[in-house]
Amino acid sequence: MSLLDFARGPALEYAFAIFLFGILWRIASLFLLPRAKDRSVPRPGAPAAAVSAARGFVRHMWLRPPYGQSTVFALVNGYIFHVGLAIIVFGFGPHILFINGLTGLSWPNLPSGVISVVSVVTLAALAAALVRRLTSPVLRLLSGFNDYMSWLVTTAPVLTGLLAVSHLGAKYETLLAVHILSIAVFLIWFPFGKLFHAFLVFVTRSQTGAFYGRRGVQI
Amino acid sequence: MNAPVNVDAARNVFFKQVEEPLVAYLEACLHCGQCADACHFHEASGDPRHTPAYKLFPIAKAYRSQKSPLSWLGLAPRITEKDLSEWEELLFDTCTMCGRCTTVCPMGIDIASIVGKARQAFVAAGLGPEDLLAAADFSRDHGSPLGLDPGKLEDRIEWLADENEIDIPLDKDKAEVLLTVSSIEMMKYPVSISAMAKIMNHAGVDYTFSTKGYEATNFGYLAGKADVAKIMVTRIAEAAEAVGAKTVVIPECGHAYGVLRWGGANILGKRMPFEVLHITEYMAKLKREGRLKLKPHNGSITYHDPCQISRRGGATEDARYLLDGFATDFREMTPTGNQNWCCGGGGGVQAIGRAAELRHQVFKIKIDQVEKTGAAALVSSCANCRLTMDESKAALGWKGGLESIVEIIADHLVEDGATAKAD
Ligand code: SF4
Ligand code: SF4
Repeated sequence: MSLLDFARGPALEYAFAIFLFGILWRIASLFLLPRAKDRSVPRPGAPAAAVSAARGFVRHMWLRPPYGQSTVFALVNGYIFHVGLAIIVFGFGPHILFINGLTGLSWPNLPSGVISVVSVVTLAALAAALVRRLTSPVLRLLSGFNDYMSWLVTTAPVLTGLLAVSHLGAKYETLLAVHILSIAVFLIWFPFGKLFHAFLVFVTRSQTGAFYGRRGVQI
Repeated sequence: MNAPVNVDAARNVFFKQVEEPLVAYLEACLHCGQCADACHFHEASGDPRHTPAYKLFPIAKAYRSQKSPLSWLGLAPRITEKDLSEWEELLFDTCTMCGRCTTVCPMGIDIASIVGKARQAFVAAGLGPEDLLAAADFSRDHGSPLGLDPGKLEDRIEWLADENEIDIPLDKDKAEVLLTVSSIEMMKYPVSISAMAKIMNHAGVDYTFSTKGYEATNFGYLAGKADVAKIMVTRIAEAAEAVGAKTVVIPECGHAYGVLRWGGANILGKRMPFEVLHITEYMAKLKREGRLKLKPHNGSITYHDPCQISRRGGATEDARYLLDGFATDFREMTPTGNQNWCCGGGGGVQAIGRAAELRHQVFKIKIDQVEKTGAAALVSSCANCRLTMDESKAALGWKGGLESIVEIIADHLVEDGATAKAD
């Protein structure tokens, strides 16, 4: 079995299985925890909890003044690589073909030139995030293995994908295999590390939105 | 404190409180550091350890060491005595549970509520600032953290009634409204108690104070002592039920309001048969009902939002509504309302002596905010904020004025027969 066959075959299959099992397990272990009922009387006129939860989600998408420039930089930079990753994953032709093979779903792809530019921008934003993490005293103090590992497994597929498409550094088959393996690592790490925030963000923002809504706080 | 640190007790108390919202918050932190600039302690000191997310580290570690997926891989070390000792200061002295960090957090993590829970675990371990813990015990044993026992309450109320030549009802059999006190006011700013009484009398409210339940501050909650927190809430609830009160009014104290209004029913485990209103909410209600006749206030003022009343209480607009049309020269500070900076003394930090220096540094943020408005006086609706600011004002030699919204309103009541003339 060639490296590419291994990557496309068992590596990706096992990675997907771990990804799905991990996500289900984490969701279940979170929602099986007890949750005390809030007995406080809501402020008169407070919206329904679901409405407040949705508002909380939207509210935390952006900052209100008076927060400083470094905060805004981090926010904008974060948006750049999140949106960039989404464009690469869902806009690149070969990715759509792959998803089609798995799910039967399909949609039009973006030109590969656009994907290349987006990939370079995304890589630059990821690099900026790393530089900030390594240089800011606050971030250095907060950061640990999980943070760096999550950065690495997110950045590696973008970098290897770009190299594979550009045929840089090695044979195309080898680069593609390495790219697919990096995705396998990403999938395996996703449920267990910090990347799981992609799911938790819906939970935490909603909780906080409901908390504020009940109290009649408009932030 | 040299007593051994009981890590197991901390762990047990912590795991008893493990619930879905807490775990979601602990697991969701991105370590992005956005919260650092929102916290007045970090802003004042520049110390990265004052980053809100960092304050939760031992709690997150305790959780991960036993429950998280990483614990399977041996990547989740256990919480140690050293961790708890090191973080004691961060969880008690450098968090006023003001909630400002949550407003900037991309994940919306509610750090303040986790700090409240973490303090209980630390106290179980035998940690926590002695003066804050003593304030809680004193409340349990003597009715209030500052020695205001029922006898003293009676004396002080009698004295205030005589001094001001007003009626201040105490222990009426029945009343629509139970009025409570913060012992900080009663011992340091007693005028604000008589001011509340004047406003109630002016509006013709059927109210009473009660020797059975009067202390609105809840140092049990602030000091992480759940049993004392429950005793304090129970006293007020029982006093309110005994007089058949429909409303319990909390005086100028933010945390007292937060704990009873939003936490009371949860602490008691049942709904309370009365509504809880902060004095600013109650005065706003009287004004809406046309029961508050005021002559205009003419000095320039700005308003400090107590965190538990505005950002975490939802009563931000009530103070503005009261000042609207009354304060002829009201100037908002920047930032204001729900984004306003904390005074630095909430969450029990005011009672922690060793935190004084840091509090004074924090107050410089407030001085800067006030000076930019050019207002002559800083008005607040929390005696705890006022005491914190008064102490820092003295320490820093600041010359600005500090006032209470209840007192300025009481000073501008138009009594029957008087004309609505500006002072
Ligand atoms: S709740 Fe307030 S004091 Fe506590 S960490 Fe957050 S911003 Fe700082
Ligand atoms: S802003 Fe929120 S997610 Fe970011 S470090 Fe602070 S608590 Fe964690």
